Amino acid sequence: MSSRARLWLFLAGMAGLAACYLWGLGGLPGFGHYPGPYGDIINRIAVGQTNATGVVSAVNFEYRGFDTVGEEFILFAAATGVATVLRHLRGERERPARDEAADRDAPPTSSAIRLSTLMLAGPTVVLGWWLASHAQTTPSGGFQGGIVLATAFILIYLAGQFLAFKRFSPVDVTDAVEAVGAGGFAAVGVTAVAMGLPYLTNFLGLGSKPGAVSSSGTIALISFFVGMEVAAAFVLMISELLDQTLLIGQES
Amino acid sequence: MAFFPFVVVVWILAVGLYGMVTSRHLMHLIMCLIVVQSSTYVLLLGVGYKTGAVAPYFFDIPVHTPAVDPVVQALALTDVVVEAAVTALLLAFAIQAHKRFGTLDPHELVQLKG
Amino acid sequence: MTPLPALAVVVPLLMAAAISALNPLLRRRRRVLDGAAILTSAAVAVMLAVIMVKAAHGEVIYWFAGFRPAHGAAIGIDFAAGPLSAGLACLAAVLVTASMTFSWRYFERVATYYHVLMLTFLAGMTGFCLTGDIFDLFVWFELMGVSAYALTAYRPEERGPLQGALNFAITNSVGAYLSLSGIALIYGRTGALNMAQIGAAISRHRPDGLVVIAFLLIITGLLIKGAIVPFHLWLPDAHAVAPTPVCVLFSGVMVELGLYGAARVYWSMFGTALGHRAAITGILLTLGLLTAVLGALYCVRERHIKRLLAFSTISHAGIFLAGIALLTPLGLAGVAVYVAGHALVKASLFLCTGIVLHRLGSVNESSLHGRARHLRITGVVFTVAALGLADLPWFATFAGKGWIEASASVRGMAWITVLLILSSALVGGAVLRVAGGVFYGLGDPPAEDPQMAEQSSEETSETVADKGRTPLTMIIPAAVLAAAALAVGLIPDLGRTVQAAAVRFQDQAGYNAAVLAGRHLAHPAALFPAGDSGITAASVASGVGSAAGALVLAFLGLYWRRLPLLRRGFEPGAGLGGPIRAFQSGVINDYVTWIVAGVACVGGVLALTLR
Repeated sequence: MSSRARLWLFLAGMAGLAACYLWGLGGLPGFGHYPGPYGDIINRIAVGQTNATGVVSAVNFEYRGFDTVGEEFILFAAATGVATVLRHLRGERERPARDEAADRDAPPTSSAIRLSTLMLAGPTVVLGWWLASHAQTTPSGGFQGGIVLATAFILIYLAGQFLAFKRFSPVDVTDAVEAVGAGGFAAVGVTAVAMGLPYLTNFLGLGSKPGAVSSSGTIALISFFVGMEVAAAFVLMISELLDQTLLIGQES
Repeated sequence: MAFFPFVVVVWILAVGLYGMVTSRHLMHLIMCLIVVQSSTYVLLLGVGYKTGAVAPYFFDIPVHTPAVDPVVQALALTDVVVEAAVTALLLAFAIQAHKRFGTLDPHELVQLKG
Repeated sequence: MTPLPALAVVVPLLMAAAISALNPLLRRRRRVLDGAAILTSAAVAVMLAVIMVKAAHGEVIYWFAGFRPAHGAAIGIDFAAGPLSAGLACLAAVLVTASMTFSWRYFERVATYYHVLMLTFLAGMTGFCLTGDIFDLFVWFELMGVSAYALTAYRPEERGPLQGALNFAITNSVGAYLSLSGIALIYGRTGALNMAQIGAAISRHRPDGLVVIAFLLIITGLLIKGAIVPFHLWLPDAHAVAPTPVCVLFSGVMVELGLYGAARVYWSMFGTALGHRAAITGILLTLGLLTAVLGALYCVRERHIKRLLAFSTISHAGIFLAGIALLTPLGLAGVAVYVAGHALVKASLFLCTGIVLHRLGSVNESSLHGRARHLRITGVVFTVAALGLADLPWFATFAGKGWIEASASVRGMAWITVLLILSSALVGGAVLRVAGGVFYGLGDPPAEDPQMAEQSSEETSETVADKGRTPLTMIIPAAVLAAAALAVGLIPDLGRTVQAAAVRFQDQAGYNAAVLAGRHLAHPAALFPAGDSGITAASVASGVGSAAGALVLAFLGLYWRRLPLLRRGFEPGAGLGGPIRAFQSGVINDYVTWIVAGVACVGGVLALTLR
């Protein structure tokens, strides 16, 4: 199709789609007037049933935990897919990892960046860990904590230390950590099955005080596994992408 | 005012799709796909909002305070992760496509047709 | 509550995680890897077969984490599997087992990624079939999608797989996001994500714009997956380049799952609310028949065997949608059996193509002419499967199509039989032409397609060209699947059992009661009455007609140069040149434009007819 024909066809189609969509949206009860029962029921019963004061995490890991299992494995499959597509192939050769810029006069990484990223790396790990372990109390959880943990590794790369980054995240170990995270989550559910309960029932003690770190049973445990998996998956993906740019090239 | 967020939803969708259709660079196209996804987030979160309600975290407020819908927030969280995963995969495809085809122009990335 | 439904999804996921975690150990032990994958998928198939049998007396309902519904409101996620759902998932698991067995010798070297992705693909398909929650449906849809995109690009050293994977991923993602918008819309009205609860909530009032548009958006993503015109453009690109065992799954079940999803969303949620059955039938029937004929026309001109089979899948997807559009239990039963038969013969055809690729290193019909004569068993299996594809009695495909046609006459639309026979004959003719030319050297080789010369170099990297014998693990699955297609058609009383399952699938009130109140209806009642599911003279005539038509077209395709009438430069299929080629342009921007245009058209028609 010529570009003009495509543009006109799209504009006509989009006008129709927008009209239909706006017509449909007109039937909604208006912004700020949430009608339905699902959210209200959950808000009413969540703290009492699970001793978790973070209701969104309770929904994610308890009431709709099975959706989260699926989503974990989507991330897992995507990381596996990235590894499949970017693995080094016949006809390509991986250059041994060495300092590429040794003979160039490119400006070295500024000292300010080096200092600040290396100083931030440690606290970032602690922050990520804290976020991942407080899913049931505050607006945090495995996903958020996992991303922050992955960021800590990327800070190491930003400090100009790509080789250190590679050394800290060997592919096999990251792969294994990711698989343990995803599999661990699924396995927590299976443990409930082994106890004769429906899959993913909260079988651990709920703790005495709502909102304590040790409360809410399996929610905290699942959040831990999710954090592991998300961190490992993102480190793996970034590592593969950087490999492609920096290390892998055509055989000359 | 009660309808404006939903107009924004349709606008974001339209802009994202327009970008995809007129794109001449694969990276741009993938970013436009992310924009299309964002319209879904706005819709989800807009549907669950309650005027005058608080966030559904009862750590330091009484349990029966009116709060917004936590379910759509959980759904949006799930969607963000799914989108990140799909985007990472698409970017990996784009890198390899650049190596094989030598270009990232969608009009040139054609090996099979007819 | 037996945990089988949960285990059917979780077992392949756990195995995928285990394989990935043990990657350093398993890398060298290829047979352990293959064996683990085959055993897992076989176990899942057995679990699903057990669920299917149990579900015949009432849907199998499983509430996750023990959260049962209270006062008609569901707070957790459920699996609600009727016999048709469990049966489709079982079919998927059987095909995965066959593919993994075929891969035993097909891939000389394969990384663990392949097995991991196949297992997550299986889990996604199973979850998609069994679930009763609309957002959960979306999650498993995405898992299926991501695994499929990665598997399509399994040979990233070639250009074709990358284009195919990109087009596949981008179009299906747009579809998924549109479906998600529809889910958010219906959630905004009903405040529920459980299909039964949504269905009950929206049936209470007349359908307004929101319900219609939510239906439109949710259906769009599913129809994109189901390769209905004009959303089908990604499929030939993806099928031509994915590894052959993966194509088996794409054509055999993945496309059909999109159509199953559309039917499920309609019957469990929107059916009673939307009403206007005639309008719904009209719209879906038009789309289905258009797809059937267009796919068949493309099929005839193709010379790349895998792409030819891909276009035939598009054509059959159109037939399935036409059968669903009739809205009768007999029609739905026909579609179910036709899907099963089609999956088995299509899988067999792809596996035989894989054998040809493995032994001869090409899938180009022109250059393969007469070269596969020594692959005698493969040739027989391929020809038998091709006849099954052309709806020869007594294959399962014949039985299914017969019921679709009977149902169409009951609803006063007997004319669609002509289109169904035409599409089957065109498609069967193309595949039989391949069978005759490649395996028996009949007639003249078809004209060289200039594009094919570029594409054929890609194929050799998928598997090693082997001069010896065809390995047993490759020919046995192909033969067993083709035989199974015939065996399923011969099952006594198949029609009555499947139609009872279809009635249960279509009874929205009964489904609601089972899910929300735990009461199973002993006698579900569907919208239209159950029809006569015997084999009639009309269906035998139609089956023989399409098979005979296919043979005639194959003959014409092979011998047209030698026939006095046609010698004047008329090659069958050559006239369908310019505009058809331009439609399937390979450019992703075009595909997205057609999706937007298609949604707008269907939306416009729905808006006008369903107010």
